[in-house]
Amino acid sequence: MTSLGTPAATATDLQDERLATPQGITDNVRAAIRRVRDGDLGSLPVIGGIVVIWTIFQSLNATFLSSTNLVNLSFDMVPVGVLALGIVCVLMVGQIDLSVGSVSGVSAAITAVVMVKHEQPMVLAVLAAVAAGCLIGWVYGQVFNRVGVPSFVVTLGGLLAFLGVQLWLLRGQNAINLPYDSTLVRFAQLWFVPHWLAYALAVAAAGGFLATGWVRARTRRRAELSSSSLQWLVTQSLLLLAALLFAVSYLNRTRGVAWMFVFFVALVLVMNYVFTRTKFGRSLCAVGGNAEASRRAGIDVRGVYTAAFVLCSGLAATGGILAASRLAAANQSTGTGDVNLNAIAAAVIGGTSLFGGRGSTFAALLGVLVIQSISSGLTLLNLDSSYRFVITGAVLLIAVGLDSVARRSRQAHGRG
Amino acid sequence: MSEATAVPGAATDTVLSLRGICKHFGAVAALTEVDLDVAAGEVVAVVGDNGAGKSTLVKVLSGVYTPDAGSIVLRGEPVFLDSPALAHARGIATVFQDLALCENLDVKANLFLGQELRPWMLDDVAMEKRSWQLLRELSAKIPTLDVPVAALSGGQRQTVAIARSLLSDPQIVLLDEPTAALGVAQTAEVLNLVERLKHKGLGVVMISHNMEDVRAVADRVAVLRLGRNNGVFDAASVSAEEIVAAITGSTDNVVARRAARRTTSPQAEKGEL
Ligand SMILES: Nc1ncnc2c1ncn2[C@@H]1O[C@H](COP(=O)(O)OP(=O)(O)OP(=O)(O)O)[C@@H](O)[C@H]1O
Ligand SMILES: [Mg+2]
Repeated sequence: MTSLGTPAATATDLQDERLATPQGITDNVRAAIRRVRDGDLGSLPVIGGIVVIWTIFQSLNATFLSSTNLVNLSFDMVPVGVLALGIVCVLMVGQIDLSVGSVSGVSAAITAVVMVKHEQPMVLAVLAAVAAGCLIGWVYGQVFNRVGVPSFVVTLGGLLAFLGVQLWLLRGQNAINLPYDSTLVRFAQLWFVPHWLAYALAVAAAGGFLATGWVRARTRRRAELSSSSLQWLVTQSLLLLAALLFAVSYLNRTRGVAWMFVFFVALVLVMNYVFTRTKFGRSLCAVGGNAEASRRAGIDVRGVYTAAFVLCSGLAATGGILAASRLAAANQSTGTGDVNLNAIAAAVIGGTSLFGGRGSTFAALLGVLVIQSISSGLTLLNLDSSYRFVITGAVLLIAVGLDSVARRSRQAHGRG
Repeated sequence: MSEATAVPGAATDTVLSLRGICKHFGAVAALTEVDLDVAAGEVVAVVGDNGAGKSTLVKVLSGVYTPDAGSIVLRGEPVFLDSPALAHARGIATVFQDLALCENLDVKANLFLGQELRPWMLDDVAMEKRSWQLLRELSAKIPTLDVPVAALSGGQRQTVAIARSLLSDPQIVLLDEPTAALGVAQTAEVLNLVERLKHKGLGVVMISHNMEDVRAVADRVAVLRLGRNNGVFDAASVSAEEIVAAITGSTDNVVARRAARRTTSPQAEKGEL
């Protein structure tokens, strides 16, 4: 085959004559369009959804897209966003955690009790809360693995039990206020990235994207594998840079980029690395796709399940600390109400499959942006939470419906 | 085809030896008192009817099932294979009949599942190169490695599963109907591969319903019938009829009757009907 039509220099992975490969920018764009038409939508529906939601709310209330409101949004989305990240972990392995809200409430209560009641240092309080979260996840994992109770039931039990623990920790008081001058509260309310540093971070992010892409392309070329063209990579990096600079400059018009938001984005990036570039991440995906096949491949399936539950509850605890810091108080309703469902909805709206094996951490980021936008927009319109529930529910349904349609199209076009 | 080296039952350097393996599933005795020996550089074909217990035997050997009774001896050392990971560590690689691939992962992720290079910073490039190399060796007709396995044809999947078993430099390879879904060229490649493994001194257990394939590569043929040993034959000297008789349990079996009918005249066949 190689001696005929194809030149000897063809990359190892492009030698099959049935394969159409993109060459320049136009080809890349065309390939992207074909992917979307085949149902490989990626993050496109969510981004489209965000555009629609933002347009509607902006037309109803001109302050919605104001810099001030977006800064608030960037704060408010973090606690639920961290919870949603945890949910992505358990959804990846095809399980569910219904108790992230309660666990975050317990963690908030632990933080407050240790810091305020027992007057211990903040670090100790945070460590205790996160450790408690991880322990809860570990217990879930053991019950799930050894007893075989479905995760739905284990964590439903946890939802109730830990709500009880939270109320018991806060017994006798409605709320424990965190001191306003504590690092936690300042972090969650007052700390902003200096304007120049925010720009620098944006440039660094785009530069990092370019550099990793370039190194990757070079190692692939050296290994005689196909690599994306430099032109396309530079175009992507420039687009990213423009988007980031615009976002930063817009937020910088008022208070700027919150450190808490940076923390969240960093968490998303680190988790994304773990999911896509480590053996552990592969195992998560594999177990979610086919647990028996993973076991036969020598993966410690039980360990992977436990790790997913621990990660989820640990992140839930972190989210709880952030929620308490944001409010400057841990109260009996921290993490109750719609927090649980919002976290799960965010992960699913972002494109994480409920059936396991498919998802990304960016799903949590985008999904929580949708949910928090709806909530913020309705608050600005002075509409009470009844509307919020209905609209969030509808958006969830649309997102999952779209995903199902896309999945069918993907299967028909051989994109899994 | 080389001369058959091993005489039935009298293996010189046995790498794997099973004695009295039993496995029950509820009331069903899938395996009863099964013995099997595999020498280094030897291909043992395991044949038997549907439900004879061949796949169960393979799963016992690969650590998927733990046997209810019996012993497994690997290179003279009794082992207790209670997890697939342990079997991997002992150098046993398996191609399962149901392939055991993760449909949501792409081809290279499946090939390296559980044995990824550089666990904390996956070496995608090296893994992809090695994947192509392995797949080319098997004449795999897979256009791209970026698609999830769900998008591959049955034979392509089988090739992926076979390629995966070769990745870890095993000492014993178990192939459960490795050519069932393969095309002519790919089947020939797999048979070549089995011979290569044999010449490298590996022990190979191959399950197949295809007598031609069995006689082409196997040194010995072990027959299972209803979960029990039903004879071990020297592949070079045994006739297909003898194997079929051992598989079905009698010389007067449906296969023999069909063969007899083929040789008699069409008139006689009509009369028979
Ligand atoms: N997981 C299981 N649970 C219950 N019974 C089982 C299980 N696996 C196998 N069996 C039973 O054990 C017997 C042997 O099955 P096995 O899969 O080993 O057959 P086989 O020889 O591989 O057949 P085939 O040629 O159809 O692949 C069958 O009767 C089957 O019903
Ligand atoms: Mg079988």
